[in-house]
Amino acid sequence: MGKRVLLIEDEPNIIEAIGFILARDGWQVASHSEGTAAIEAIRREAPDVVILDVMLPGRSGFDILNEMRADTGLAHLPVLMLTAKGQVKEREAAERAGADRFMTKPFSNAEMLASVRELGGVA
Amino acid sequence: MPRSALTGTRIRERRTALGLKQAELARTVGISPAYLNLIEHNRRKVSEALLTTLAEALAADPEALAEGAESALFEGLREAAAGAAAAETPPEADRIEEFVGRFPGWAALLGARQARLAQLERTVETLSDRMAHDPHLSDSLHEVLSAAASVRSTAAILAETEDIEPAWRARFHANIHADSERLAEAAEALVAYLDASAEGETGLSSPQEELEAWLAAKGFHLAALERANPPDPETVIAGAPELATTAARKLALAFAARYRADAHALPLEPFRAALAEHGPDPARLAQVFGTDLPVVFRRLAALPVEEGGRPAGLVACDGAGAITFRRPTPGFALPRFGAACPLWPLYQALSRPMAPLRAVVEMAGRGGGRYLAYAFCQPSHPQGFDGPQVVQAWMLVLPEPGPAQPGDLAVGSSCRVCPREACAARREPSFLAASD
Repeated sequence: MGKRVLLIEDEPNIIEAIGFILARDGWQVASHSEGTAAIEAIRREAPDVVILDVMLPGRSGFDILNEMRADTGLAHLPVLMLTAKGQVKEREAAERAGADRFMTKPFSNAEMLASVRELGGVA
Repeated sequence: MPRSALTGTRIRERRTALGLKQAELARTVGISPAYLNLIEHNRRKVSEALLTTLAEALAADPEALAEGAESALFEGLREAAAGAAAAETPPEADRIEEFVGRFPGWAALLGARQARLAQLERTVETLSDRMAHDPHLSDSLHEVLSAAASVRSTAAILAETEDIEPAWRARFHANIHADSERLAEAAEALVAYLDASAEGETGLSSPQEELEAWLAAKGFHLAALERANPPDPETVIAGAPELATTAARKLALAFAARYRADAHALPLEPFRAALAEHGPDPARLAQVFGTDLPVVFRRLAALPVEEGGRPAGLVACDGAGAITFRRPTPGFALPRFGAACPLWPLYQALSRPMAPLRAVVEMAGRGGGRYLAYAFCQPSHPQGFDGPQVVQAWMLVLPEPGPAQPGDLAVGSSCRVCPREACAARREPSFLAASD
């Protein structure tokens, strides 16, 4: 049984591409496509790694990450943040919010896979 | 009347333009040719009475002789001096007039560069603000980058996965096709948006400045709206080249609508008759027409200039003190950027809504002089009972003849260019004081 990854992302084709890559690497992939109820999805799916987009409908990825870090049950869950704005301030905001890794779109599949493996302790 | 050190130069220019000899002019105005010569070389100051006589003899406006057309240039040079960095050698701010007189070409060049610098700073500010806050730009960039991310990941899967199942291959081909179309559309939309921005909204001036440029070109008098059956405001602003942006056209539309309502309440001919009878007393005129004071202020500031000689100045601000309207009058300097003098009755009125305020003010600086300022703050409740109160203050500025009196309120344009070092309301040092 592979480790679990939850992909919180609103672009269906990105979900499909990342899901395909991770599934072929042995991961069990679940997805959630909006900011609202993302915390509930994380609790329900109990993933080993979360891939979290910043710009989501309903609620920003930063808000979700802040709530995760304030929740003792989710505070240590590894998070890879994705954003479409590769700006310095976005990266700083991600680091402040407690992201373990930060990648900007468009990203390389190999790099994304390496980051998820590292965060999941399967590198 | 305030005048610059270059009054003599302008007198000489005007005399030679008319083909008059120095001795002839001296005889006409009753002074010696030697004294006129000293005046023309800016070595003697001209008295008020002599200036008026000289202006008559030269068929010129005394004010134009006294102040010349360099006001904007002086203002620009003062701004340039005020903007000098602390580490730089301070410019000789007290010798600006001498600089302009001795090196007019260099002064004009520096003034033009300062104006260009101010424009560029404003453009940079607008663009930075847009990058940070413009939701359309942010959404467009997000759309482009998201589509690019999807295409890149999907294409990489197809290129790098040798044993991909036919069903997945077909699915990813379809995804790439859809995303590439979306990417093309998003990129086109983004380029179109940036093109429009470069031409219009990020241009050289703010919407308010565009409105003021349009009004200045019309002398702040919209003749079409003075008619008995005035046209729609849309017709009045249509095709105005100064109103380049959507935001400026919106402001102009609101201005024209209010102007039309004001003109309806105080029609031009009855207003002129009342003005002739009662003089420019806003309270009396408001009583005669049964209107509130700001309407009278606006009508006085909308009179054609040739009738009233020097135009009435008019300034409006909102509850935050931000200037929302400027109709300049010579000598009463209105800052183009940033906050104005906190001692203006305009701002005093903000703390006393509905109370009419009046003060004789003395404007600091070279172009200054005495003015009678009327101010009134009007609250409104555009959203009814449960909405917030919105205030707008108006200040009418009329030239006030006569020498300065002890009770005059000493004001300035803005702290940075005001020489009144000991002012109780000063919020930052003046570069004029610093360079003494």
